[in-house]
Formats: sequence, structure tokens, C-alpha cells
Amino acid sequence: MNRREFVITGAGAALAGQNEPKSRVVIARDPSLRGSGRNIESARLLKLLDRSLTAFYNRDNPLEAWKQIARPGEVVGLKVNCLAGRGTASTNPLLVDAIAERLQQAGIAAKDILIFDRLSSDLESAGFRLSDRAGAVRFAGNDVLGYEEELSIFGSAGSLIARAVTRTCDCIINLPVLKDHGIAGLTAALKNMFGAIHNPNKYHVDVGDPYIADVYALPPFRNKVRVAICDATTPQYEGGPSYMPQWSWPMNGLLVARDPVALDWTGWQIIEKKRAEKGLQTLEAAKRKPAYIATAANAAHRLGTNDPNRIDRVEV
Amino acid sequence: MVDRRAFLKTAAAPVAVCAWPAAAASDDSRFIVEASFYEKLPNKKIRCKLCPRECVIDDRERGYCGVRENRGGVYYTLVWSRVCAAHIDPVEKKPLFHFHPGSLAFSIATAGCNVNCRMCQNWEISQSRPEQVVSNYLPPQEVAALAKQNRCPIIAYTYGEPTVFYEYMSAAADAGRAAGVKSVVVTGGYIQQDPLKKLCRHVDAVKVDLKAFSPKFYKEIVNGEIKPVLDALVTLRAQGMWTEVVYLVIPTLNDTDEQFTGLAKWMKANLGPDVPVHFTRFHPEYLLKNLPPTPVPTLERAKAVAEAEGLRYAYVGNVPGHPGENTYCPNCKRVVVERTGFSVGSVNLDKGKCRFCRQPVAGVWGA
Repeated sequence: MNRREFVITGAGAALAGQNEPKSRVVIARDPSLRGSGRNIESARLLKLLDRSLTAFYNRDNPLEAWKQIARPGEVVGLKVNCLAGRGTASTNPLLVDAIAERLQQAGIAAKDILIFDRLSSDLESAGFRLSDRAGAVRFAGNDVLGYEEELSIFGSAGSLIARAVTRTCDCIINLPVLKDHGIAGLTAALKNMFGAIHNPNKYHVDVGDPYIADVYALPPFRNKVRVAICDATTPQYEGGPSYMPQWSWPMNGLLVARDPVALDWTGWQIIEKKRAEKGLQTLEAAKRKPAYIATAANAAHRLGTNDPNRIDRVEV
Repeated sequence: MVDRRAFLKTAAAPVAVCAWPAAAASDDSRFIVEASFYEKLPNKKIRCKLCPRECVIDDRERGYCGVRENRGGVYYTLVWSRVCAAHIDPVEKKPLFHFHPGSLAFSIATAGCNVNCRMCQNWEISQSRPEQVVSNYLPPQEVAALAKQNRCPIIAYTYGEPTVFYEYMSAAADAGRAAGVKSVVVTGGYIQQDPLKKLCRHVDAVKVDLKAFSPKFYKEIVNGEIKPVLDALVTLRAQGMWTEVVYLVIPTLNDTDEQFTGLAKWMKANLGPDVPVHFTRFHPEYLLKNLPPTPVPTLERAKAVAEAEGLRYAYVGNVPGHPGENTYCPNCKRVVVERTGFSVGSVNLDKGKCRFCRQPVAGVWGA
């Protein structure tokens, strides 16, 4: 083994990683998120969001935490996941409203906040109210905003990236939903970027491996995503990615991480635990183990860690 | 000088070559009809039965092709009459060399493809979703009418992968037939047997891109499988369909004598010696820009191997002016159809026979 192989194949990488800080994943829950009813209460959700962010950034004040993510003058993209339409399998608009509110309080102008996903019609069907009012928070699908004309290539992935990512936004907050996926096993932080490329259908094969990792490794995603706030208020442990209420449960939580691999690995364990409780086979037994998580962590990708010993799991 | 890429980018604006309906596509409902080949599954899922991939698709999701969508447990094609490219080409450009040589083909495509070849030359439409390319509404009757109006005796379904716009292709072919216009399909042949057999009732000739004679190549470069393509070729012949094969020769990936020999032996044994095979020149494109264009001697070697194995009509393609573009009588070896690029010169055929020695030459030659 020469020096190059030593470094690339992991032996060197493992040594190099020994002194790196652990990847923090905050899991915040509020058993009273829905009050006495079935619907999530927006005020409680805002508090849950504050608690998760202050814990993640080690700040006493939520606004100080938000200032770690974006600075005034930057354009902030909120990449939601709303392909599943109305229901809990899409990023909750109440959560997105809360994030937009806190960003504005942290000095980000409303006009500099862009909520986007693949299609404007998907955003509308998920309950987002589209607006082109001057000075307001913007909502738009990539079908309206467009894609780059030049391919971005990494590994097996060759895609046109949404201009919302490459041109409009200075940084991205990744807002996925924690849920089972019929092909990839799991969809959370890594897979959410499929909604920001022109050809996700080409990557829904072979359990999404290595495609999901390859897409996230494209420089605009790797470089611009500052944090992931995963909607785990009502995760789905089976039947995803479509909305299947019979297989969702009120976890009443949020997962926050800068490391998308650590977040996905943690989310995977949550889904597996619930599947076991419900008497379902593991995702591996169901032939859809999310192997792309390990791929994203490998030496060719280096998007984060899937090593539980290197994940700092914080429950608040 | 317009390069190939710029040419394709403007493919949706063919008003210069034919009378195009004025209104661009805006009302999406016009493009959406229920798909013909699928199976309903529990929980509003469906299984597509059009291509061998058999995508299992959740509600609100699309298949690998990107142009078929599950909406509440019903499967729809999104590209009915949704044409993103239309041109008038010589039939030689498809290439079909033994089917009405010198004829014009009114050639159309929609977005989408059911494979993802790393060397795709039309990836900007084939690897896009319908809403990502500029399209126009062109119902089947209009296709036939435009073909007639532009003096095209042939409609060609081409550029992308016609399998993904199967329903529209079949209907346009019917409309064309009623108007006296034939239909030809330019395809990768990655289609299930049932829809393929039914398609044969509607169209008149098929050109199949057999992208390599290697399962590994199909898996790694095409993102598909070879066996269904070989099965499709056998079925086309069994159905009496005029069929030609193109083999794009890519340096280092599918250019060994072993592969050429394997292809030729298989073709002779399963399709017979009269199916033409075109060994065409690769140009760097899409995800295979790291390889050079195919050296012409490699194409000549492929042609020689095929002929040595007993195939009667082997061609060199994408090399304008090469003598390997001509059709030679398998008996007297004289030129019976002379070509330069896509232009046809002298045709020395009389009712499908060599004018010099009366040897029948396989093909559909017309009047």
C-alpha cells in the first residue's frame, strides 16, 4: 500500500479523524407538542425549535444560535421536502414558519429567505402559501427558478443543480422529514437534496447507493448546507415516502445536526427501533438497508460519520 | 457555426423547417393520459409494465423515465402529444439504410428515457423531465398532417427513447398510417415483450441501439440490462418487422474483437445474416468526455469482423464519405446504394434486386 492508498482507503483517514470533534446530533422532543389535541401547536413548536438550536450551538439565547447559521445580507434557502403533499410526510409548514420568523429576528431580511423544493405545485399541495409580494419571504419551485445548464458530476451522479442552490442562495438550511423510503430505506438529510437536482428519478435504483451520497457530495450541496433541522414531529416508519398515516407516529421531535451522515444514521436507528416495536422486519431484512449512509461516510465522500462512537447524541 | 449542443437546445423551435402550432405548451392536462401498461398494488402503489425495469412507484412519484407518474394509484404518461423536438431528417440519419433510402422522416421526440447511457448525445432532452424542456402540443393527427405537409413519407420517433412515449407513438403511427405515412422507431430496445409485440402492429421499421455485447457494459454504462434488448431484437424479427442494429463503438469500452465477434455470431444465429449492423463513431459527450472519438480503423475492423462472421450488410457510421457507408450487393459486391453522409447518390436496385446481377438485397425499398 502506497501513501496515497493508505490515506484514501481509510487507514490514514481513520488516524486523521481521531482528533476531530464528534458530530453532534441533537434530538429535541416535546411530549406536549400537540397540547390536548391532535394538531401541533405553533407556539410549542417554536419553543421546541429554540431548545434544539440552543442545545446544538451551546447558546443561551435562540437568536444567538441563529446568528451562527446566517448573517444579515445573506440569502438563506430553506430546502423543504414536500413531494408527499399535504400530511405529515412533508416538512411541516408550521416548522418552516417558525424558522423564517427566527431568521428574521436574527437579522435576515424576509426577502432574503427562499423556501424551495422541486415544484411550486408540490409546495402548494403541502400547504405552503406561495407569494410574490415584495419584501415577503419567497416560496418557489425549481420548475420556476430553473436549473444550471452545465452538469455537476461526482462519482455516479451527473446532474443539473437548481439555481436556487447555485445562484440565489448563499447558504442552505436543510429541512427534511424523517421517514421510511420504499427504495432507499430511509429519507432524511442526505436524500433531501434529490429535490434540488433535475434528474432524481435516475437515482432511485440499487437502494439509492451510491447515488444519494454522490449527489450530496456535489460541491454546491457540500459547501452551502450549514445545518439540517429534520422534522421528526410525525415520522413514518413504513410505507414511505408517500403519506401513510397508519404507519406514522407522534414522536414530537426535531433532529438538528451539521453532519448529514450522523443525522441520517441517528434517524435510521429511530426508525429501526419503531419498526421493531411494531413487529416489522429490519430495513436490511426488507432488502432496503440504507447503505448510502455508510457510503457517504467513506473516504471517497467524507460527508460525515456513521460511527456511533464519533456521534455526540444529545437528547433535550 | 451551430454546434451539436446548441442545435439540440433549439430543437424545440422547429418553425424554420415546418409549420408548427403557434401556442407553446401551457395547459398540462392536455399531455396527461392513463398509461397502458401497469399493475395496481396495495397502498396506491403501482408497478410499471412498460419496460423491463418494472419500477414500483409510490403515489405522487415518477418512474425511472421521469415521464410517468402515479397519481392516487392511477398511472399516467405525462408526455402525450408533448413534443420537445421536431425536425425533418433523411431516414439515413436514424440510421435506416434499407428502408426507403433517400426519404425524409418527420422526426419527433418527447422528454425522458428509461436508461441513462453515459455517452448519450441527446441527454438534455432524454435525461430531463417534461416540465424541464420547452415543449409544444402536437396531437397525433397533427403529426400526420405535418409529415404530409412537409412531404415526409415517414414519421420517426427518435432523439430520446420512444418507449417512454409509447401511447403517443402508437396513436401517431395510426394517424400516419391512415394518411399514408409510415412510422419508424429509433430505440434502445429496452421494452417488455407484450408492449413490443403490440407496437409492431402500428409501426413499419425499428432501429435498435445495441450498445454493447456485454452485460457489464449495460450495467455500468447504460444503467440497464442487455438480455431484454436481445429478446426484443428476436421478437422484432419474429414479428416480421424490418430491423436494423446500431452499435456505437466506444474506445476501450466495447471495441474488442471478442465483442465484435460475439455480436456478429449472435446476430447471425438469432436474427439471420440480412439484418444490417451499423458500427458508428463515438464522440465525447455527457458523462463520457474523457474518451477520444473512435478511430476510423476500429470501425473498419468491426465491419470486417462482422462480414467475416457472415453478416451481409455491415456499415461504418458517422464517418461522412467513408466507403463503408455504401450498400454493396452481397453477390457481385458492386455498390447498389451509394451514400455520402446522409445523402443518397445512385441507387442500383430494381424491385429489391441488384441491377447488375439480380441478387435480392434485403430491405424495404419502396417503389
